[in-house]
Amino acid sequence: MLSRVADSIYWLNRYVERAENVARFVDVNFNLLLDSPVGVAQQWKPLVVTTGDLPLFMERYGEFTPENVIHFLTFDPKYPNSILSCLQSARENARSVREIISSEMWEQVNAFYLMVKEASQMQQLSELFGFFSEVKMASHLFAGVMDATMTHNEGWHFGQIGRLLERADKTARILDVKYFILLPSVKDVGTALDELQWIALLKSASAYEMYRKCQHRITPNEVAEFLILDREFPRSIQFCLLQAERSLCQITGCLPGTWQNPVERTLGKLRSELDYLTIEEITQRGLHQFLDDLQSRINSVGGKMFETFFALEPMHQAQ
Amino acid sequence: MIDQYNPGDFYDELFAAKGQPRAEATLLIERIQSLTLQELQRRQQAAQNALFKLGVTFNVYGDNQGTERIFPFDIVPRIVSAQEWSWLEQGLKQRIQALNLFLADIYGEQKILKDGVIPAELIYSASGFLKPCMELQPPQGIWCHITGTDLVRDRSGQWYVLEDNLRCPSGVSYVLENRRVMKNTFPLVFNSMAIQPVDDYASQLLETLLNLAPSGLPEPRVVVLTPGIYNSAYFEHSFLAQQMGVELVEGRDLVVSDGYLQMRTTRGLQRVDVIYRRIDDNFIDPKAFRADSLLGVPGLTEVYKQGRVAIANALGTGVADDKVIYAYVPQIIRYYLDEDQMLPNVPTYLCWEADQQSHVLANLDKLVVKAANESGGYGMLVGPHATVEQREEFAGRIKASPRNYIAQPTLSLSRMPTFLDDHFDGRHVDLRPYILYGKDIYVTPGGLTRVALRKGSLVVNSSQGGGSKDTWVVQ
Repeated sequence: MLSRVADSIYWLNRYVERAENVARFVDVNFNLLLDSPVGVAQQWKPLVVTTGDLPLFMERYGEFTPENVIHFLTFDPKYPNSILSCLQSARENARSVREIISSEMWEQVNAFYLMVKEASQMQQLSELFGFFSEVKMASHLFAGVMDATMTHNEGWHFGQIGRLLERADKTARILDVKYFILLPSVKDVGTALDELQWIALLKSASAYEMYRKCQHRITPNEVAEFLILDREFPRSIQFCLLQAERSLCQITGCLPGTWQNPVERTLGKLRSELDYLTIEEITQRGLHQFLDDLQSRINSVGGKMFETFFALEPMHQAQ
Repeated sequence: MIDQYNPGDFYDELFAAKGQPRAEATLLIERIQSLTLQELQRRQQAAQNALFKLGVTFNVYGDNQGTERIFPFDIVPRIVSAQEWSWLEQGLKQRIQALNLFLADIYGEQKILKDGVIPAELIYSASGFLKPCMELQPPQGIWCHITGTDLVRDRSGQWYVLEDNLRCPSGVSYVLENRRVMKNTFPLVFNSMAIQPVDDYASQLLETLLNLAPSGLPEPRVVVLTPGIYNSAYFEHSFLAQQMGVELVEGRDLVVSDGYLQMRTTRGLQRVDVIYRRIDDNFIDPKAFRADSLLGVPGLTEVYKQGRVAIANALGTGVADDKVIYAYVPQIIRYYLDEDQMLPNVPTYLCWEADQQSHVLANLDKLVVKAANESGGYGMLVGPHATVEQREEFAGRIKASPRNYIAQPTLSLSRMPTFLDDHFDGRHVDLRPYILYGKDIYVTPGGLTRVALRKGSLVVNSSQGGGSKDTWVVQ
């Protein structure tokens, strides 16, 4: 398939997933704040910090008010990772491969974009609670429509890889939000407030109920273990890596556990490390450190995808 | 309802006179008459919705939102009798055959210039004439593989060729999608009338393109080359690629490597054998033509000249689209085929000839003035509908570059009933049949009927408030 087409399907899925996860970020913070005792300063800065786009925010807004942060992450047309911008990019990518994807996929991404665009006219923050749930649902709808209407061919697998890499990266960042919020008050670890915050976190990753089915108590270690290492929960990092690797094998025909190109090697190596890692080892190293490292390694998988499949240079350029 | 329709003082495609449908339209008119207003409105709405859902949209240049619009569609179809059609078909085949020979000659021996039939300076001053195409020998000697000729009728019902579109004519996707929608709109009429089908266009097009592939290739690769999603006809490019089951590529997907044209795929470079290009000549190869083009493929022309890739339409066909050259088509047909022209041209005044120019300038309020190299309804003055300032502006332009302007009498284009909210009213129409030149010459039965939706307007282009109708060729 054309490299450009593969690239577009990959990014179409990444952007839809990214929009969903930005909604999850903001949602987790909303929920955490609602459960915070009166008098605790609202923390919006960590949200911007975890996006990695702090300098851009400082330059454009300066102050970490809820309005500023939410506008930046949700509707800022000049911030390329805002929900609105993500949907714009997703739609552009879908439009350029409309003859490859199913018409239902196009209709869904188009309707999703129009919904976000209309919501961007809202004035009050309080109106936005329902909006974030709608964004999550629209993203799920898109994934479902794609699964049920598009042939599971090479293009579909590129789309899967895009979605799964994005999700793995963002689950790491959602965990990091909690880390940043906890940081100033280490004395709270293990208190009722602490537990409430972990519950809010799980809920934002749609993980609370699934977590409860395999763990009774909510402890930081077990929550982190669930979101990083669980092999069956679809938003855990390891699940995403396993599935992405499976799709990669479908594209290249490579046997699992072997590699021929840099993506297979980078992704396979990361996935197999996580296979044998325990949560104790992770916390010994420091959760934040680990998550930070994980994000840059997932990034490098994305980079290798680009080099291997999308940015193909001809061997002999004719003059 | 439609029995109240007044064809007025025009040639009407469906009515011979008020209350008298033409023989081939009788069944249709009866059917429309039997429907209530609500029923007609529901069907019109359903047809528009279906087109929107199918994504049959176009982009408007200069609209920075990049939003797509649906090409307005009218549910009253145009009807052409099979007898009349077969005459039109012959006329179109004759014209395309002659124009093809003309192109081969112009870029080859130039006999027609040496014999003094057309002044050589007219060819060299045509912006569509491309020097780099001299000595080019496209496969099978075919230059214009896909043509969309615009036909009109005047008040007397006489057919004329308005222009030849030999570069990248668009609109055929509407023909196919309009038909699909009409089958749902008037299923009973389709049952009782023998309407010639149009659905095999994509197969015919693919055959035409495969015919160009270098021989001996077991599975030649055909692609559609588009400027990208911001082009006004992007929907059509993507539609045709999908219907033919071939790749839709952009310039950045292609590269010249090892002397061949190749496309970048996830499994490396793969050779391309035939391009159906929807990019203008000037943008197709920054090395040969406009260096600032980002849409094309550097080095493509060289590979093309060596016969290692085929391009449809051939590069350089735009010279025959020049409206000054158009005026010579009767002579061209006589010169190459030794036949009289079957389908007449609209009488055309050439502004580069002094006496014709003074006639044009003296009659600007009666004439239509056109730039020789524009299309899409741009660069045009409809004298009777223009203001004094507009006419003065065009007079200035004509004097400044007479070679670039022609003028024609303002034809009173034929009209036909068009459903407008709650009544039928006459609107002017033209007709664009599509002609494929492969092993044989094939003409789509019918073609795209465009309708000027604004009352009294003669401009049917989608970019200028036009809409479309289905066209039925019936026994």
